[in-house]
Amino acid sequence: MTDPTANLLEIENLEVRFHGERTVHAINGLDLELKSGEVMTILGESGSGKSVTLKALLKLLPERRTAMSGSMTVGGIDVMALKGRALSDYRGKTVSMIFQEPALALDPVYTIGDQIAEAVMRHERVSKKDALARALDMLKRVRIPSPESRLKNYPHEMSGGMRQRAMIALALACKPDLLLADEPTTALDATVQIQVLLLLRELQKEFGMGIVFVTHDIGVAVEISDRIAVMYAGNIVEEGTVGEIIKDPRHPYTKGLLASNLHDADAGETLSSIPGSPPPLDVKPDHCSFAPRCAHAEERCLSALPPVFKPGPGRRVACILEEGRAPQRLGQRLPEPA
Amino acid sequence: MRKGIFNRKTNAVRAVDGVSFTVAKGETLGIVGESGCGKSTTARLLVGLEGIDAGDLIFDGDRLGVDLSLKDLWDGVQMVFQDSYASLNPRLTIEETIAFGPKMRGVAADEARRLAHELLGRVGLAPARFAGRYPHELSGGQRQRVNIARSLAMKPRLIILDEAVSALDKSVEAQVLNLLRELKDEFGLTYVFISHDLNVVRYVSDRIMVMYLGEVVEIGPVAAVWEKRAHPYTAALFAAMPSMDPDNRTEVPPLAGDPPNPIDPPSGCRFHTRCSFAEPVCGKTRPKSVAVDGAADHDAACHMLDPISGHSKSAGGSRLEAAE
Repeated sequence: MTDPTANLLEIENLEVRFHGERTVHAINGLDLELKSGEVMTILGESGSGKSVTLKALLKLLPERRTAMSGSMTVGGIDVMALKGRALSDYRGKTVSMIFQEPALALDPVYTIGDQIAEAVMRHERVSKKDALARALDMLKRVRIPSPESRLKNYPHEMSGGMRQRAMIALALACKPDLLLADEPTTALDATVQIQVLLLLRELQKEFGMGIVFVTHDIGVAVEISDRIAVMYAGNIVEEGTVGEIIKDPRHPYTKGLLASNLHDADAGETLSSIPGSPPPLDVKPDHCSFAPRCAHAEERCLSALPPVFKPGPGRRVACILEEGRAPQRLGQRLPEPA
Repeated sequence: MRKGIFNRKTNAVRAVDGVSFTVAKGETLGIVGESGCGKSTTARLLVGLEGIDAGDLIFDGDRLGVDLSLKDLWDGVQMVFQDSYASLNPRLTIEETIAFGPKMRGVAADEARRLAHELLGRVGLAPARFAGRYPHELSGGQRQRVNIARSLAMKPRLIILDEAVSALDKSVEAQVLNLLRELKDEFGLTYVFISHDLNVVRYVSDRIMVMYLGEVVEIGPVAAVWEKRAHPYTAALFAAMPSMDPDNRTEVPPLAGDPPNPIDPPSGCRFHTRCSFAEPVCGKTRPKSVAVDGAADHDAACHMLDPISGHSKSAGGSRLEAAE
């Protein structure tokens, strides 16, 4: 990475549709950019398409049931065109991923050391001995106590937090340019979660990679990221720096999410919850997907996709409220409670 | 209520060990702690889903197994679980599910059905639209509303909510919490609310109980526990919450390592292996629960609070400063 201002990751107009018993329009025209060395969190609720975005970037989605269009490039590599050997080279070397459940992501029949060494040997022509030395070095970097003996451990011999550290060691062993993190701390206990978040933050500085971090937890997003993109129904509704999103949220959905975090809710007061539940996405949205739950919705929110405003560099809001016009309220139809 | 030991024949896990606490009528007791701390086992003991090996459970003055049968207990205590799907029978419509309990207690079918409709309406699911649906036709939040309605059908006095909102999305969680608060006032309920989410527990609870490896380390009114954080584990647990302030992010993790395996808990104070204030006495003797600052309703089990424990920080009333 010679030019620090160049985009490491560019996603343009990505659409992902699953077809099977029923069709799901999981991603609908997503645009996303990430500079190298930047940490971006995609914040969203279940079904918003945040994990699908990550899997699309590694081409992990089942090919036969998935229709994808748009463009994705990582460090100049056209991800959409990758297949075969080039795809294997890309996975783990250019981009790697850590998952929510390390017990499922690690292979139970190989030791931690062997699994890391295997990845290193696949991408760099080195001997097993050198690869194991790298594995040991990685275990030290993720601060696993007594790394020499842990190298010979199987995943089931480690605690949850330790396994998560081992998975991070595996993902970073080949020094990827981009790390995808799919809720890697959600299954961990609170006191362990903060350890892993701080570790990721340190390793990011040390290795200088870009991270796309996916979570539903705003607090986690604040701890880890430089920028936050809020995702709803397969698209990004708002994006900005962490400070902008937390202190100056513009989109009604972002505001609702922040309020329902209960961070400083007083006991006994009624929570300002977002009514209803997310749309089913069996048809491609042709209007603002949030409008049916939005207190500010107008007729035109239901007749066309919302315009995307860009009040500043790296800042965007997909909502008509950004026009600065006083909203005229739509007759409220109450959505079904969730 | 008084709880004892839960032992299995092989590899005995003292999942809940020497735990005593009371829940007053009409209050909400929040239980927090990490996985393996025994909070769910405590919940299951309270509704008699686990047998108690030693100790007593007293509900409304009646001792379980002496004045009170399990069946009687279930007339008064109901439970809502985390997994809304697994806790509903997939082959019953939600109306049948809610009416099932009352029918088993001899309520006429028509009357049970009427009650089911009334409760569905009360939890925000219009009976005309929802009564005939099956669990798989509902969203997670809607299913959890059904589980709440089902527990209400037994006209309980106490409801145990074991991570009942944890699997829900944030926006939906807020709706269900609002519902729970309204129902509590309306039906005069008492809640035991178990969650790993401290923000939620702080919002719903009157009192809060912090557990670590099967023991209660601190219990007291929410505001007092939140402010004093008398036990070092409480302080660490609260400090581990994400900061929510991008300008003041957490810099140092409050604790290192994972919680120990409950099969083989540390001796003495079970927290001493991770506690930065640990001294030899902590590994030897189990700390007594003592009043924090002399408050009658706020207790913590730490040698530093016990003037005669021999811990160097206990003498002269020096107090662990709350983190933050």
